[in-house]
Amino acid sequence: MSAVRISDDALARACGADELADAAARSGHEVIRTSSWGMHWLEPLVEIDGVGWGPVPVHRIADVLSGEAEDICIGEIREHPFIARQQRLSFARAGRTRALSMDDYRNSGGWAGLERARSLAPGTVVDEVIASGLRGRGGAGFPTGIKWRTVSEARGDDKFIVCNADEGDSGTFADRMLMEGDPYALIEGMAIAGYAVGAQQGYIYVRSEYPDAIRKLNTAIENCAEIITPFVVEVRVGAGAYVCGEETSLLNSLEGKRGEVRAKPPLPALEGLFGCPTVVNNVLSLAAIPHILSEGGAASYAAVGIDRSRGTMPIQLGGNIRHGGLFETAFGITLRELVYDIGGGTASGRPVKAVQVGGPLGAYIPPDQFDLVFDYEAYAGADALIGHGGVVVFDDTADMGALARFAFEFCAAESCGKCTPCRIGAVRGVELVDRIRSGGRAADRVERTPQMQNASGNGRTREEELGLLDDLCETMTYGSLCALGGFTPYPVRSAIRHWPDDFLPGETT
Amino acid sequence: MADLDQIISRHSDKKGQLLPILHDIQAEFGFIDNAMQGQVAQVLNLSRAEVHGVVSFYHDFRTSADLRPEVQVCGAEACQARGAGALMGVAQDAAGERVRIRTVYCLGLCSVGPAARIGDRLHARLDKAILARLVEDA
Ligand SMILES: Cc1cc2nc3c(=O)[nH]c(=O)nc-3n(C[C@H](O)[C@H](O)[C@H](O)COP(=O)(O)O)c2cc1C
Ligand code: SF4
Ligand code: FES
Repeated sequence: MSAVRISDDALARACGADELADAAARSGHEVIRTSSWGMHWLEPLVEIDGVGWGPVPVHRIADVLSGEAEDICIGEIREHPFIARQQRLSFARAGRTRALSMDDYRNSGGWAGLERARSLAPGTVVDEVIASGLRGRGGAGFPTGIKWRTVSEARGDDKFIVCNADEGDSGTFADRMLMEGDPYALIEGMAIAGYAVGAQQGYIYVRSEYPDAIRKLNTAIENCAEIITPFVVEVRVGAGAYVCGEETSLLNSLEGKRGEVRAKPPLPALEGLFGCPTVVNNVLSLAAIPHILSEGGAASYAAVGIDRSRGTMPIQLGGNIRHGGLFETAFGITLRELVYDIGGGTASGRPVKAVQVGGPLGAYIPPDQFDLVFDYEAYAGADALIGHGGVVVFDDTADMGALARFAFEFCAAESCGKCTPCRIGAVRGVELVDRIRSGGRAADRVERTPQMQNASGNGRTREEELGLLDDLCETMTYGSLCALGGFTPYPVRSAIRHWPDDFLPGETT
Repeated sequence: MADLDQIISRHSDKKGQLLPILHDIQAEFGFIDNAMQGQVAQVLNLSRAEVHGVVSFYHDFRTSADLRPEVQVCGAEACQARGAGALMGVAQDAAGERVRIRTVYCLGLCSVGPAARIGDRLHARLDKAILARLVEDA
């Protein structure tokens, strides 16, 4: 009897994979829990001899096990267009291996990058990362190799490798999938970074919302301690603060402090954790490293992508989309391909109204701009950002005025409080959007007093409130210390620019 | 409260041990009140203000005993796009005074939302009926 493969990824489990696995085991089948293929609309997905069924409700497991259930059979998983169209480098093992199996990891090329790196001079390792063209996948897109070189050349008693696994952006889950599905790849990437810059200690700062990732990482670290030694890794758990994804806030949090953002300079690369030179890299940046350090890896990585965006990006398709999941591909793909060809349009079947790329600080993009290609500079040129690669689709029932208000609300709730444009501005922003959507406001008692000679006495019209909102966005953009306050105007301004009707009085839902 | 000392000493060899300690205290007692904050401050040689500042900064930490079960419902954009907005009221109604409903921002299930978390269990593809039942069973 063939083994039944079912993912133990948190998303598959949330969709009922555990119950399904239990049922399959009860009927006498060998059940293998693997990582997830990333076809989320098909979870829980059952795989037998390479053929997939999904989503499988628990009452249909018997049908599936007997090879029936043709209505939910998707055929060979590897040949499914969603998988076949991808170019998986960082997620090469997704769906194919057991997350915590040391055998599976080694048999699929694991540790080859670390072994090869150790046979090279540390400086050569840094050079290869630079040559690969890898840019930070956490949002800012800073060249990873250059960061490593700064740390390797910095002097300090201690040096640290910090993995940023705070993944707070709505619409993103690639870090989670990688930590849950291929934790050794992340650890290997960190060990290579440690060797390259001369650091012995690594920390993975994981958000508390990811209990499965925390558990698996801890087990993985225990299992491979001997392989990565003298490098050691420790998992630290966040405490529900979005801003702790910002690298200096994260460092403060690791030090046991409030997660307040630090002014730069000094750069974390020179004075980071406990004042020591520190590499802070996103999960996906570090997980790309083992491939890059394998024989010929840097060149093959640099060979894909466009312009200054080299390599592949694990794009996350979420929100109101029919075929949501993880889609790793070379840079250069358009939004149109992502949303329609690959994603199959909305899950609700209604027309697409907007897409938000890059998390809560990313711009809302209307369908007439879907020719935008995935590329750091192209997005920056369109007043948008790639961020962590999350693509969230909205159908025509979305209220863009409400979403603009939410952007301010989120910023107010998550602001670290260090600087005024963000701490106060976000609160004023919520109020302003409310007033714009209710058509302006009448003069208040103070403004009507004769002493207030400069006040118009007529309150403010909707147009004047819109002008004020523009001013506020300007102030937040240029006056905020970090991108939480600085980028919140992106979703707000894009919503007003493209969907002004959603800000008219009476539209309030 | 001898247990508190044990928890603190568990982390004595760690650098920057305050967050791990606070996590363990909350896991053990369900909250971190002023007295506990004072005790932590004393052992770690910090001021009470420093410890309080940290406890109050992070959304996960609670300062008073509220041992009701908690249901976290995702209210972030991707779940909004899948209809989470309409679920909040339902969750509140089902919860009444017995269950604490907390809005969180993203559980990493953005392609199969609306999503919720109870303890370490995650739930996806929620609708009004499923969520109401989850809250009632919490
Ligand atoms: C408000 C805010 C939140 C952020 N959240 C994250 C995050 O969750 N994960 C991440 O890797 N980077 C996040 N970043 C970016 C980090 O500051 C930093 O650029 C990144 O960790 C560097 O790693 P990389 O070069 O590998 O991308 C955030 C930045 C800001 C301003
Ligand atoms: S912009 Fe906001 S989050 Fe960033 S430093 Fe200023 S107050 Fe803190
Ligand atoms: S936005 Fe709700 S799980 Fe990500």
